[in-house]
This record gives sequence, C-alpha cells and structure tokens, in this order.
Amino acid sequence: MTVTSQTSTSQASTSQASQTSTGDRVITYSEAVREAIAEAMTADERVFMLGEDIGVYGGAFGVSGDLYHRFGPERIRDTPISELGIVGAAVGAALAGMRPIVEIQFSDFTCQAMDQIVNQAAKIHFMLGGAAQVPMVLRAPLGSGTGAAAQHSQSLEAWFAHVPGLKVVMPSCAEEVKGLLLSAIDDPNPVMFLEHKLLYRTSGPVPEGADRIPLGTTAVRRTGRDITLVATGVMVSRCLEAAETLAGEGIDVSVLDPRTLSPLDAQPILDDVSRTGRALLVQEAPGHVGFMAEIASRIVESPAIFHLLAPIRRLCGLDVPIPYAPQLETAAVPQVDGIVEAARLLMKES
Amino acid sequence: MARLGEDPGTARRTLEAMWRIRRFEEAVDDLFARGLMHGTMHLSIGQEASATGTCFALRDDDAITSTHRGHGHCIAKGADLEQMMAELLAKETGYCRGRGGSMHIADVATGNLGANGIVGGGIPIAAGAGLAYQLQGIDRVVVSFFGDGATNEGAFHEAVNLASIWKLPVIFLCENNKYGMSFSTEKSINVETIAERSAAYGIPGVTVDGNDVEAVHEAVTTAVERARTGQGPTLVESLTYRWKGHSKSDKNLYRTKEEIAEWRDKDPIGRFETLVVERGVLSAEDVEQVRAAATNDVRDAARRANAAPDADPDDLLDAVFATA
Repeated sequence: MTVTSQTSTSQASTSQASQTSTGDRVITYSEAVREAIAEAMTADERVFMLGEDIGVYGGAFGVSGDLYHRFGPERIRDTPISELGIVGAAVGAALAGMRPIVEIQFSDFTCQAMDQIVNQAAKIHFMLGGAAQVPMVLRAPLGSGTGAAAQHSQSLEAWFAHVPGLKVVMPSCAEEVKGLLLSAIDDPNPVMFLEHKLLYRTSGPVPEGADRIPLGTTAVRRTGRDITLVATGVMVSRCLEAAETLAGEGIDVSVLDPRTLSPLDAQPILDDVSRTGRALLVQEAPGHVGFMAEIASRIVESPAIFHLLAPIRRLCGLDVPIPYAPQLETAAVPQVDGIVEAARLLMKES
Repeated sequence: MARLGEDPGTARRTLEAMWRIRRFEEAVDDLFARGLMHGTMHLSIGQEASATGTCFALRDDDAITSTHRGHGHCIAKGADLEQMMAELLAKETGYCRGRGGSMHIADVATGNLGANGIVGGGIPIAAGAGLAYQLQGIDRVVVSFFGDGATNEGAFHEAVNLASIWKLPVIFLCENNKYGMSFSTEKSINVETIAERSAAYGIPGVTVDGNDVEAVHEAVTTAVERARTGQGPTLVESLTYRWKGHSKSDKNLYRTKEEIAEWRDKDPIGRFETLVVERGVLSAEDVEQVRAAATNDVRDAARRANAAPDADPDDLLDAVFATA
C-alpha cells in the first residue's frame, strides 16, 4: 500500500490526537506487544504463539509475560531450542489454516532458521502461483545497546527486506507497536516484526482498542524546514531528541519513520526531501549495502534530486561486528550527539 | 488390514497410479531430451511403489509434503496430470502458473502442501501442518516424504524431535534410494538403517521394501493409525532405487551398470503385476488395459497442456504477496 505524504502526515497526527485523548493510559512497548497478541488471540482462535521460553518463563525479554497463564500451553507453546524447526512448524501451520506468531529470542538466531524464512515462507505463495498463503509473524528483538556483543546485537533488517515475499516491520515506539503488530497478524503474508530491544521498556500512550496501523505507511514524526531525517527503529527517538537540540540552534528538521521497510512507502520521504533539499539518513545497522542506501537511491532516482541543496548523507553503524565494551558498543552505532553533528555539517555544506 | 492386491478394484487403482507415474516421467524425460521442456527435473522412475503404497494409506483429506523428486507423490495423491504437465511446460494453466516448475508442484486442495527444492525443507513444514490439525482438533495426518540425504540435515532432526515431543500426527517417510545425489548412504550415515534414527526421538522406526507396494502400504497404514489416534509420529524407511540419474547432469559415475540393472530387475510395477495375476485378482488383459490407459492419459495430458497459453510476463509480479 502506498499513501501520499499528506495521508501519512494526517495518519501520524490522528495517532497523536488519539494519544492525547487516551493519554491517561501509558504502557510500555513490551506491554503493547503483549496486548496486541492477547487481543488477536482472543479475537481469532487460529492465532497462537510458539517460541523458546515464552511459557512460564515469560519470554527472554519478558514480552509474553502472563500470556501462558491466560491462554494455556497449547496456544502459548514453549518449544525446544530449535529455531529452524519452529519457524518451519509455523510455515506448515500457516499453510494448514493457522495464524502462528513465532518469537525468536534474538534476531541474530534467525540465522539458524534462514532456510524456512527465505526459501520457504517468503516464496511459497509465489512458487505455487498464488495457490497458497503463509500468514505468519516472526517477532524478534534486534539491535545493540545491551552489552550482549556480536551474536546478540545485530540489525539484520536489510537482509529480510532484500527478499521478495517478506514484509519487514520495525516499530519505533510504544504508541505504534500494537497497531502495527495487529496489522502484521492480519496480513496474509509472512511478516518479519523486528522489535528494538532498547524500546521494550520505553512507554507511551497506547490505544485500548484494536486500531490497526496499515503496513506500508511512512510516519512523519516531525516536520521541519531545513533537513529531512529518515530513521528506523531506535534511531527514530534519537533523531527526535537530536531535533530538539538542533531547534535550539535554529536548525529545523523533519523526522520520518518508514515503519515498514517492505513494503516501503517512499513518497512521503521524497516529498519532504523535495521541500527541505537536504537528507540525513540514519540507521543502526552497518552502512555498507544497508537499508538507507535504498532510501538514498529512491531519492536520486526521483525528481527530489533536483531539489537537493547538498549531497545526501548517511549516518550508520560502523562496518564492524557489535563489540562488548560499553564505550566500543556506543562508538559502533549512531548516538544523539553524532546525529546533531551530522546535521550541522550538512547545513554547512549548502 | 486389506492388502492393495487383494480385490480387483483396489489392485487396478494401485496399478493405475504406478503406471501413471511411470508414463508421466517417461514422457517428461522424452520431452526434455527433445528440447521441448526446459529447466531441470528429478525422476523417480523405479520408486513408484513407495509413493503409491504411502498415498494409498491416506484419506483424501490427509496431507503430504514432497521433495524435489516429487512427481510420483503428486500423482499418487491425486494430482491432475494435465495441470502437472502444464506446469513443467511453463504454461499459465500449470499448478503454479509456471512460477514453480517441477520442484514446486503443490495442490493444497488435495492436501499436497508442496514439493520442495530444498533437501529437508518440507519436513518441519509437515510437522507444522500436523500441529495445525492437532490444534484444530481434527484427525487429519501428514506424510512428509524425503530422501536418505535429508536425514543428515538439521531440519530432519529438529522436525522429528518437535513431532515426537508433541505427538504430532505425522509420518516421516524416508525414501532411501541409496544416494544423496552421488553420495551413497554407506558413506553418509554411520548406522545400519535410517529407521534406527527414530530411537533418538523415542518413536517407532521401521524399514520396508520400498519396491513392494503392499509392504509400503502396510507399514504406512500402521503409522497412520498411530498418528490418527494421537500416539504420535513414526519414521518409515522405504528402501528403493531411482533408475535414472539424480537430475539431468548425472553421468552415473558413482554407481555401476550392474547395480542399476540389478534394481531394474526389482521393478516395483512388474512385481505387482505378477503378484496380482498370480493371485487371480487381475487378468493379463486387465494389466495390459491399465498400462495402455495410463499411456493414453499421459499423452492426452501432454497434448492439452501444450496447447494452453504460456505463462505471461505481464503478470509476473502479481503473486509475490498475497492480498487478503
């Protein structure tokens, strides 16, 4: 689904409005994920969850919490440590009429399940000429910032976004994660739902109802005059924080959040860049062949290129495995100060 | 338990299925050799009893997952020859509208959840389908076909483990044709039989003569009964042999002419024909009639499929994502 910039903006502001009206109920990102799962499971008996330690343990990051006690061991199904097996089981269950939600403890472990994700789930609908569907959601925490080092901290979203047939969602805030997850569960396709682990404890006003946020809609978080910042995952809140600092210096920036990498709603980004004339693209993942390279390409392939006042800039994670030492880990991915500095430099370039 | 060669009706249908598989694969082999079919394919000629004996132990609403060598499974499960042929001929009317080809034929309506180009790829999917039926409270079962090579993939072990701990209604049907492409089971596994691997998962494992359609049917029927009554999965190892090479590039450098000739003498179709004629269940004329009918059916299917429209590049993108 593609929407215009205006629609996206109005959706974001609608969301803002409902937050204000229900502002008395502030819950965390993990609670919002759990609430979406519980509501989907209550509404549709085909929905069930499987994953490692999601039962009495409550999930490695506590996301499934009390769902085991509310829905029982059949539908909140603890599995052996067997990522390929459980993702494959989800594919088969989806083919046979269920709506599985798989939790993979760390998105890094999707590497163990890659055949089922890439060769099976993503391709079955197409390979069979549209005769079968694989409606499943694979939820996985991604990102650095927890001191868990190189095998528990990656941001692999570009891999998945590169595979036709997979939808890829990166919810950036508590306010939206529920609505996006409900849409992912509704979707007749396999959806990679990538939750940044630093966001789990963040909170915000979350609608009590079952409001969906359509996949494939870019959110405009902030509209400014000088620079279009595009960011994903935890980088969205870092950009918003940087925007406050920059505003104090007279640099007025937009912050756009694609929310879903596939399908991508690029038009709001192109429209905003056409207006500001400057683009700063921020991601946690390593820059080389990353998602923001795709955004940069979309800009230069569109008439937005004629409005550029300065070269497009990317601020990305370094091309390095995520290190353990806190000062090294911090240095490996963009931080608020770095975003502010990059924005200042970009203003000087034009 | 009724045997497949006991009454004339069942014997005829069994023989029909095996001949349809044989004639279909001979036809596509020929079309390929004449340059009228592109891509690649993996023929199961010589393995017809394994596919047929297994699928004949299933109800219509039971499911299968298949392999890269899957034409026999599809046909034995009831697939339409014309739609299969159309798929291989890259036609819009094929099972996958020309998107999948030989390795991805599926017919979800008849419980065929799909062939698979990845060795072992279908095994966890079969476990998942079994899980779905268990959760839905229906007594369907799933057969997962795979070869000897797949039992060295992690996917096999993960899926069998899941099915065993959850007592899923799945039959793991290993067609041991002695070679994973060129690598023989003598080199690739360190146990006497693949069925022994079931012991690691606390489930029954049986080895049967895969060229004896009645023996396959009997073993699978027992496994199906077990699965359908909530007692969990079984590993059935069906010993058989592919007469043709692994795929189109195979020069048979890893096996001898004598070995191939020896297995041709164990032809599962001829063996069943002899059996039912000797039993007096079918006459020699009946057998000849079944064979001729299969030849005609395949020829008709190929002719009709060939006349169908080609898959259209204008529609190429329309099935990447499902729309509600």
